[in-house]
Order: sequence, then C-alpha cells, then structure tokens
Amino acid sequence: MNLPNAENLIEKLKDKINEMIDDKTVLIGVQSGGELILERILPGLKNAVVTGSIDTSFYRDDFSSRGLKIKNKPSKINTEINGKHIILIDDVFSTGRTVRAAMNEIFDYGRPKKITLAVLINRNEQELPIVPQICIEKISLRKDQHLELILDENKKFTFQLKESHV
Amino acid sequence: MFNPQLNNKGNLNHLLSIEGLSKEKIIQVLDTAESFLKIGERDVKKVPILRGKTVCNVFFENSTRTRTTFEIAAKRLSADVINLNVTTSSQSKGETILDTINNLIAMNADIFVVRHPSSGAAHFIASHVKPNIHIINAGDGNHSHPTQGLLDAFTIRKYKTNFNKLKVAIVGDILNSRVARSNIHALNILGVPEIRVIAPKTLLPYEIEKLGVHVFHDIDKGLKDADVIMMLRIQNERMDGIMLPSPEEYFKTYGLNQARLDLAKKDAIVMHPGPMNRGVEIDSAVADSEQSVILPQVTFGIAVRMAVMAILAGQHL
Repeated sequence: MNLPNAENLIEKLKDKINEMIDDKTVLIGVQSGGELILERILPGLKNAVVTGSIDTSFYRDDFSSRGLKIKNKPSKINTEINGKHIILIDDVFSTGRTVRAAMNEIFDYGRPKKITLAVLINRNEQELPIVPQICIEKISLRKDQHLELILDENKKFTFQLKESHV
Repeated sequence: MFNPQLNNKGNLNHLLSIEGLSKEKIIQVLDTAESFLKIGERDVKKVPILRGKTVCNVFFENSTRTRTTFEIAAKRLSADVINLNVTTSSQSKGETILDTINNLIAMNADIFVVRHPSSGAAHFIASHVKPNIHIINAGDGNHSHPTQGLLDAFTIRKYKTNFNKLKVAIVGDILNSRVARSNIHALNILGVPEIRVIAPKTLLPYEIEKLGVHVFHDIDKGLKDADVIMMLRIQNERMDGIMLPSPEEYFKTYGLNQARLDLAKKDAIVMHPGPMNRGVEIDSAVADSEQSVILPQVTFGIAVRMAVMAILAGQHL
C-alpha cells in the first residue's frame, strides 16, 4: 500500500501546533517517534516553548503480560507543569493505551490545565475513550501490521510497514 | 550449564548471584536503573508497575540499609511490602526456611528478598518455589550479594563512564566479604582490566588469584594509580586477635587516609558498602571528602533494586 509522506505530515502538524501555542504551552514528545517529531518542528515554532519527552514503560497496562521493555531513555520533564497546556505529540495513534499511560505519568509531575493530543496518523483502533484532537491523516491497517516512523541517515522521515508473524 | 537464575527462555527469573549473568544482562539492569533513578528525583517518587504485587523482605540476618532500600524500592514500584525479621520470629520456634517461605507464598507473596547467614540459602529457596515466584538474594553467608555488586557497578559507571580502562582496588576483609566476591565477578564480566585486592594474608581466601585479581599486602603499592577504591567493612567480631591484632593496628596498616588516597589517581572515587567504621578501615575526613561517593551509592542502590524487581516481575510468562 501507499504510505503517506512523513515529511509532509510533520510539516502540517507543525502548522497546527503553531496555531495553539502560547507562553503557557509545554510540548511533550512520546518516545521515540514523538520526541523525534518534536525535535524536528521546534525551530519552526513561532513561540519559544518548553519541551520534554516521556517514556511510558513504567505506566503501561500490559506490564503483566509483556514484562518490562525499556528501549528508550528516561522521561525528561524538567519543568513546572501545574496550570500549563500540554501538547502531547506522538507519531502513530492506535489503541489509546500509550496515551493513557503517558497521561498517568504526566499527572505524577503535576496538574496541567489542559492536555491536547497531536499525532501524525490515527489508525482507527481505539480501545479507550481517548481521541487525538490534532490528527493529520487517518489510515486503516491490519492488526498484524506495524507502522513505524523512521529517521534515515539523510535526516528524512519515512514510514515503514512491518508485519508481525505471530 | 544449569543456571537456576534463568528461566527456559534465558531471562532472569531470580537474582541469586552475579556469576552466571552475561554482560548484556548486567547492562540491562544498569540501563533500567538509570530510568528509575529519575523517578527518585520527582515529587511523586512512585510508578504503578508492581501495583497489586507483594514483596516479602525475609531477613534471617540483621540489616538496616539493605532491607530499607529494598523496602523503599518496592514501595516506589507500588508493591505491598512485608518485612519479616526471622531471627526474632518463627525460626526461633523451630520452623524450617522452606516452611517459612511456603507460608508466605500461601499469603500470595510474589517476590522474596532473602538474606541468610548460610551461603547458598537463596539458591536453595529458588530451587523449591514455583516459576512465578521470584527470589532476590540480599546476601547469603560470605558467598554473594548481587544487588550490591550491581549498584557498585552502576556507581562506577556513573563516575567513570567506561569499565574497560579502569584499575579498581578492593581493600579489607576479602575473606568474609560477599560484597567483594560479587564485585570481583561483576567487574570481570564488565571488562575491568585490572582488579586488585588489598588485605593482610589472614583476611584473604585461599587461591583468590584464580578469580583474576592481583593481590597486594602493601596498601601503598596497591592503591597506586587506582581509579576506584572500594573499602570493605572490618567486622568487629574479627578483632579478637586471631585475624587482626586491634582496630588501631588495622587502621595504621590498612586504613584509607588522605596520604594513601593521594597515591591513587587524582579523580579516584572512594566507595564503601556500609556500615563503615570510621577510624578503622577509613579515616573520617576521607569518608566525607569530595572523592567519597558513599552516600550516592545508597541512592543508586534504590534505583538498582527497583530495576531488578521490575525485570524479575516481568518474567513470569
């Protein structure tokens, strides 16, 4: 199948985020895809914003079936988030479970005024009442297909489709 | 070789000793601990992954620091914690170790942190429990204290970044020290090229060289150009005149003072597993000096124990 152009989606996401930010915004990238997107769009944002990144390993609801899988770095939220507007950025939204884990972790740092979820792609596989407010494209995939955002050696973003053989 | 710590997928199911762990497994624990260290710096120092699990600290031998840091680690993972000081309870009434453990399993405990004066006690328990129960050795006789070995490796990596160029000196009662044995194994696995042990002959095990260490009886020679100095506690009960003449005499010949510390590299770090005897194995000023990382070791110990418990608890498939 034809996968969307990741660079175009990121550009559009940047424009949407630019419409929302002010001096009370904190941008948090979900590791690792969301963090890479955040690094890319940061220079093109109209306001200087505070950023962070989040690794949800310790908050996942599938720990008892999957165990601990840490591939990422520790979460980095070195800023006051009480009363702030957090824009949570991720590459692909599917079930909503990662976002739930991320929100639980965020609330262990403080009480934000608002959290907005911004993603490049929504796979339409929601299992929880969580929906991204900013979503650039919707695509439907089979359950065994895994969509991954890759940053290649020329610093270009592309999507890759991987199939898991269970 | 049969390794009772690993399950049939080769994953860590118990932590019994450093021996038998691969370099990758040790690095996995250290990397995971790095993430848990950050949790300890937050206002809310708790994550939910062991919510609903029960951790039992079963101590057949006294300990304050190790038991407390295991307790804090388990609580920060949201587990429920039970502390059992067996020296003062059922064992004095004649109950066997396995009966004690089986009773706790019947109360639905999931992870056991065990300290016992006999070498091999944790192995023995691990070989008699169901696969979904995890045993962590918190010190068995003079055999092993694996979480201390891991937290010391974590500490060294924090200050020295790489293991592959270091000279590490371990000073004191090697003979009776499970900490020394765990550290020697961990440092060997992690690729430290030069491990030195410094002690009087009465406090060295027979054929210690076979573990790949260099033996020194003269502390001044042994500390020369060291990057890391690990001091060991001299237990008061060894001071009966057979092993050692007196605390004063020991301090004079093997105590770490500033002049001796100056023989090591300028940026050498001083470690101690605690509890330390100031004025016996270490001079008070050295223990409090800028080069001392003794208190960071305690902080790192919590993160490393969190990492071990989280990794084990995720392996019950």
